[in-house]
Amino acid sequence: MTLPAMTPGSAQASTLADVTPEIVQTNGSRRREIVRDFAHNRLGLVGLLIVVVTLLAAVIGPLLWHTSYSDQDATRLLSPRMSHPFGTDELGRDVFSRILHGALVSFEVSILAVLIAAAIGVPIGLVAAFYGSVLDGVLMRCIDILFAIPPLVLAILIAGLLGPSRINAMIAIGVVYAPPFARVVRGSALSIMTLPYVEAARALGVPRLTIMVRHLLRNIMGPLIVLITVYLSSAVLTEASLSFLGLGTQPPEPSWGSMLRDARAYMQIAPWLAIFPGAAIMLLVLGFNFLGDGLRDTLDPRSTHD
Amino acid sequence: MRRQWVRRLLQAVPTLLGMSILIFGLVHLLPGDVTSALTGGEAGANASSEAALRKALGLNGSIPLQYWHFVTGLFSGHLGKSFVTGQSIATIMGGAIPITLEIALLASLMAVAVGMPLGVLSALKRNSASDLLGRVAGLVGLSVPNFWLATLALLATSRFFGWVPALEWTSFWSDPLENLSQAAVPAFCVSFYLLAMVMRMTRASMLEVLHEGYVRTARAKGAPERVVIVRHALRNSLIPVVTVVGTQVGSLMGGVTIIEVIFGIPGVGNTLINAVYTRDYPLIEVTAVFLAAVFVILNLAVDLVYGLLDPRLRAST
Repeated sequence: MTLPAMTPGSAQASTLADVTPEIVQTNGSRRREIVRDFAHNRLGLVGLLIVVVTLLAAVIGPLLWHTSYSDQDATRLLSPRMSHPFGTDELGRDVFSRILHGALVSFEVSILAVLIAAAIGVPIGLVAAFYGSVLDGVLMRCIDILFAIPPLVLAILIAGLLGPSRINAMIAIGVVYAPPFARVVRGSALSIMTLPYVEAARALGVPRLTIMVRHLLRNIMGPLIVLITVYLSSAVLTEASLSFLGLGTQPPEPSWGSMLRDARAYMQIAPWLAIFPGAAIMLLVLGFNFLGDGLRDTLDPRSTHD
Repeated sequence: MRRQWVRRLLQAVPTLLGMSILIFGLVHLLPGDVTSALTGGEAGANASSEAALRKALGLNGSIPLQYWHFVTGLFSGHLGKSFVTGQSIATIMGGAIPITLEIALLASLMAVAVGMPLGVLSALKRNSASDLLGRVAGLVGLSVPNFWLATLALLATSRFFGWVPALEWTSFWSDPLENLSQAAVPAFCVSFYLLAMVMRMTRASMLEVLHEGYVRTARAKGAPERVVIVRHALRNSLIPVVTVVGTQVGSLMGGVTIIEVIFGIPGVGNTLINAVYTRDYPLIEVTAVFLAAVFVILNLAVDLVYGLLDPRLRAST
């Protein structure tokens, strides 16, 4: 039995296997192909640009900007001007620096929350696909039940009952978005399970964990990366919603959602307080959505798109 | 067909049951015991007064027994009382449910009535300027946080039209016009995401269907273009649209919740949020179970409609 015939990239491998990192590592032309495909995807590039610029602004911006998010200028509710491009808030704090810090909060919460979701969902999906039968049935019914509660309502319940804080919001979002990860991973893994090289690995007595990680997980990285990007946008929105309801990041630390919440009291005399945080949320969500669409077109050739 | 419906209906039962167990479990098992919250964790609150309080609140039995009381209460209407106001939960829900259902219904109608024609138009005028505009607007629509939209709507309507949300909610039956004028703006904010979704899906689905053989056949037979578009193309392109709408009903119910808070509408979502703020556990349970149940039932309805729309499914059963 020759092992090379069993590795993905052989003639038997499905289209799904073509997007594996293994191929990317072993086959430079495939990697170049992915990069070239993505470079031609205008929407995806715009998304990447938005996300990278926002990330840079979040990380480097506060170091360069002249005030910090907690500095209180003597003048409150200043309209936008050169020194304060987004104006100042009801405590005389610079809205621009608060938006910059809010970007950091958004990235931190959404990335960690999606990692939590993946950490819960991916093992469940892999185990369900690998073992099948009763275990699969039980796990998938549990996932169905989590799916039966509207995501924001579940997030409000968990974050509210655990107590309002940034960490709890992160946990809540992570739990809420775990089910789609379990479902997609299970579905993709099931299609790989039927391939000869998995069967061969089982016949050779390769340990189960090794099969799950090396053969299943590595071969579904494409769909997984797309899923992570898509749910990053949902996580940004959910974090903002929770903070808007007072169940996320707590003052004095700014987050886009809580800034919008505070803005409502002064909206009539200082509309800029309501406009900029919301625009920031929209821009980042749009960036992740564009990026996700672009990655899907590039990494997941099976899905057709308009 | 009927057998399939019955099977699908029966499938919803364990989901509803599991969902209620999950919500009940979350409320009862997460840290932050209600009696310590009510007694304020004071040293003066001794064991006996806490036990008395537990009994008064119906928290003295085992967890499964409490769950049994909770579920039977859902069916008999004995929902208990709010910890905070002492009001009967059945009364609170009786007032809140019609409001939430009305807004959700209005929002869905708006999404379909506006999103679908826009999607068809965009597909028919593929690659034109209006198509491009529609596609970009669709993607932007998916990214606008609805609570920001609602905030901007409040700002704009009060600045330009002098409209502010009424302090008191008027029911549809007492004054339909006043009721609709109160519900229109919130329902629009709720519908925005779904509208963008419906538009995008209709466009994509129409584009696919327009190349199908039966559309060409209909044209070849000399059917008027309107008939071809509506009866042959649109009807068949509706199937994926309906599916997507079904999966998005959850975001609709979440949207209703947050929009109710912003406009100060006394619906179920607003009640839930206030109950979470005040740790009013029985009220949290009932409101959350209601919102999830609406979600499950609407999904079920979508599945059944799906069966009606797809001739292949009709023929096979």
